[in-house]
Amino acid sequence: MEFQPILAAMSRNKIGAVLIGVQIAITLAILVNGLFIIQQRVALSHRATGLDEPNVFTIRNQWVGNPTNMEAKLRTDLSVLRSLPGVIDATASNSAPLSNGGSSEGVNLDPDQQQATALTAVYFMDDHALNALGVKLIAGRNFTPDEVTPKIGFDDRHPPSAIIMSKALADKVFPAGDALGKSVYLAFQKTRVPIVGIVDRLQVPWTGVDDWGSKFNDNATLEPFQFESPLVHYVVRTKPGQIVNVMKAAEKALLATDRLRILEQIQTQSESRLEAYRDDHGLVVILGIVCAALIAVTAFGIVGLTSYWVAQRRRQIGIRRALGATKNAIVRYFQTENLMIAVAGALAGVALALVVNVWMMNSFAAQRLNVAYVLVGAVLVLLLGQAAVLWPALKAASIPPALATRGSM
Amino acid sequence: MFNYYLGLAVRSLRRNVVLTVLMIAAVGVGIGASMTTLTVFRAMDADPIPQKSSQLYTVQLDNWGPKRRGLGTGDAENLQPQISYQDAMAFMHAHQGVRQSAMYLTGLALIPSNVDLKPEQVITRAAYTDFFGMFQTPFLFGGAWTGEDDENHASVVVLSRELNNKVFGGRNSVGKTLNLDGRDYRITGVLNDWNPLPKFYDLNNDKYEKSAQIYIPFTRAIDGQMASWGNYNCNGDTGPAGWEGHLRSECVWLQFWLELPTRADAERFRHYLDGYAAEQRQNGRFDWSARTRLRDVREWLVYQNAVSQEARILVLVSFSFLLVCLINAMGLMLAKIMGRSADIGVRRALGANRAAIFGQCLMEAGVIGVAGGILGLLLTALGLIGLRSLVSEGVARLTHFNLSDITIAVVLSIAATLLAGLYPTWRAAQVQPAWQLKTQ
Repeated sequence: MEFQPILAAMSRNKIGAVLIGVQIAITLAILVNGLFIIQQRVALSHRATGLDEPNVFTIRNQWVGNPTNMEAKLRTDLSVLRSLPGVIDATASNSAPLSNGGSSEGVNLDPDQQQATALTAVYFMDDHALNALGVKLIAGRNFTPDEVTPKIGFDDRHPPSAIIMSKALADKVFPAGDALGKSVYLAFQKTRVPIVGIVDRLQVPWTGVDDWGSKFNDNATLEPFQFESPLVHYVVRTKPGQIVNVMKAAEKALLATDRLRILEQIQTQSESRLEAYRDDHGLVVILGIVCAALIAVTAFGIVGLTSYWVAQRRRQIGIRRALGATKNAIVRYFQTENLMIAVAGALAGVALALVVNVWMMNSFAAQRLNVAYVLVGAVLVLLLGQAAVLWPALKAASIPPALATRGSM
Repeated sequence: MFNYYLGLAVRSLRRNVVLTVLMIAAVGVGIGASMTTLTVFRAMDADPIPQKSSQLYTVQLDNWGPKRRGLGTGDAENLQPQISYQDAMAFMHAHQGVRQSAMYLTGLALIPSNVDLKPEQVITRAAYTDFFGMFQTPFLFGGAWTGEDDENHASVVVLSRELNNKVFGGRNSVGKTLNLDGRDYRITGVLNDWNPLPKFYDLNNDKYEKSAQIYIPFTRAIDGQMASWGNYNCNGDTGPAGWEGHLRSECVWLQFWLELPTRADAERFRHYLDGYAAEQRQNGRFDWSARTRLRDVREWLVYQNAVSQEARILVLVSFSFLLVCLINAMGLMLAKIMGRSADIGVRRALGANRAAIFGQCLMEAGVIGVAGGILGLLLTALGLIGLRSLVSEGVARLTHFNLSDITIAVVLSIAATLLAGLYPTWRAAQVQPAWQLKTQ
């Protein structure tokens, strides 16, 4: 291809070429990082909780005042919920995945250890937990009813008699994979607690990208407590397809047993998920719109400037055509010209994208940019340039050779 | 002259509608995107209490010591964002500030007098009477409860305007009672709208959430054993069970703010804090020399990252986008102006000097800037409406456009467009009249 004459022509129009090149560079840098963030946030908001999500809903129950007979009230509620038609099982808890509020503890191998081996979210639930959550037990067993003890609020700090933990946590604490049957120390207490079961997956309640829980997102532990507190979460699992009806029936049934309570956030896990990841979703949509607008603006910019160049060189194009250049040759000229500018811009853009990524890693602990994104982005802007230049190039090709013979443009 | 140049600019712009529209659209879209995100960013970064932000301080104390670093809830210096009950009480009794208040978030059930209605949850802040004076909360009716009420653990309450509207139809309810969790509270005041954003005095959960619906004395809340609805972090040292144990534990769950009018007062309080930490060590409570920190509102907001990661990313992205739009407009302006070299040559030949040409072309850029700015404002308004429907309630509260944002948008648009127009305009002024006329 005729690089030499193109370069010569470009050198007479440096600033225009530089403007397009710089636009392409910045566009590429934003596009690559933007798409990378979009992909990360989408992945984040689709993380599985480990629960039987389509069939699980939660209710936040607040007793009015500090009732004295909380244990009886809790027992009644649970038996009411469990006996509702369409319910597989129900349990009470201090928190639930996607609720963005909960408790965490350090897990230690040595009672005198100063640095926790791992951090874990803790869910205080009884022996119905596995069934009510719909989590998959991959080793060991469920809690027995005898292991469940009452826990009267957060200030009751007696250790659990046994625990079931998520596989991620088990592997973190016992990298050899032999966690089942071993014991750990929780929350800097001096009592050994045996691990009786391991579940495939169970997420912490916190969902934010830079939340406290993001450091140990997959570390969760079930502790066999009957949690007696003015504020509890009920977790209910229904038979497939019955969740909507059961949710309505559950609210009615609970209010029928006792009106002195406030039921809030009666929502399916899918609704909780939507709420929990709302800002992530917002960021994805906004970044998507900005990236699309960016592509459009850059494309129109290329169209505009190239059209101007075509208009400026009508006579020269006419002369080339008169001297025997084919229409294809004219189109190819503008395409090559654009490709040369775009390649230079893309190279600068790749460098800029990496700089932006390093800056983001330093200031927000963002992840390292995947090289594939940079390459895909670079190819994308090159194609964008080619597509944008096509229309003005075709217009240039349609300039009649006869133009060269006339005196004026 | 201005009008003549303006007329010239408009006529020139109308000659090439496509290029003009492209330029205005580029500037407008860029301004719209960057102003949308800047508005949110400015709201997050705003000083929620500008008249007093340098006089209000919050306290941190390393009451967990070096061996609890592994819990990872503190910062690099192992300082927790909240303090324990025993420290809060010590600071309250020391009475070192002009005003001071320990506080925390809790929730109560409002029991309607009409038994057919369901009880309703009300977000509650437990605080001392100084809370209101210190933060200069505006009162619609009545006022704060008294210091005596604090001492007597009195059942008194201050309502938000919203709740007063809901329960009392907006009428003056001072002196009436409200049944909360089965106990009657006497209303001493109703606040006017008061929603500082970010909610600087308690950034633990949602930084941009609404202020509480009701305020009750801290001492009453402790008597009522009302658990914290905010963050509650413990270092694992087991004490006695129950509420008493909770109060005596090293668990951190309270915010503490005090008013120190001058720098000298703050310095004096820093000395007091260091003395307090040393005393705790002597008492045998700490076996380490505990660090302390005193931060004012602005320092606290920075320390607690009041501006979210999302907002930073979006501002960065949208301003780069604006840059692309401006480069774009610059290229198009260049194309447009250079396409009219002949025209400019004639004008130069007829006696227009370089300054006149420069002024005329710059006016064109200015017109584009104004038009782009107006389009940008419309797009910003649209963008904020769109944003409100996309993000959580807290962030949505930050999407309000005020006069200073509008001014910034218009000034930014005109300044940026003029800047982008400088080079093309300078090139236009360089046109040689003789050369242009000859090529004709």
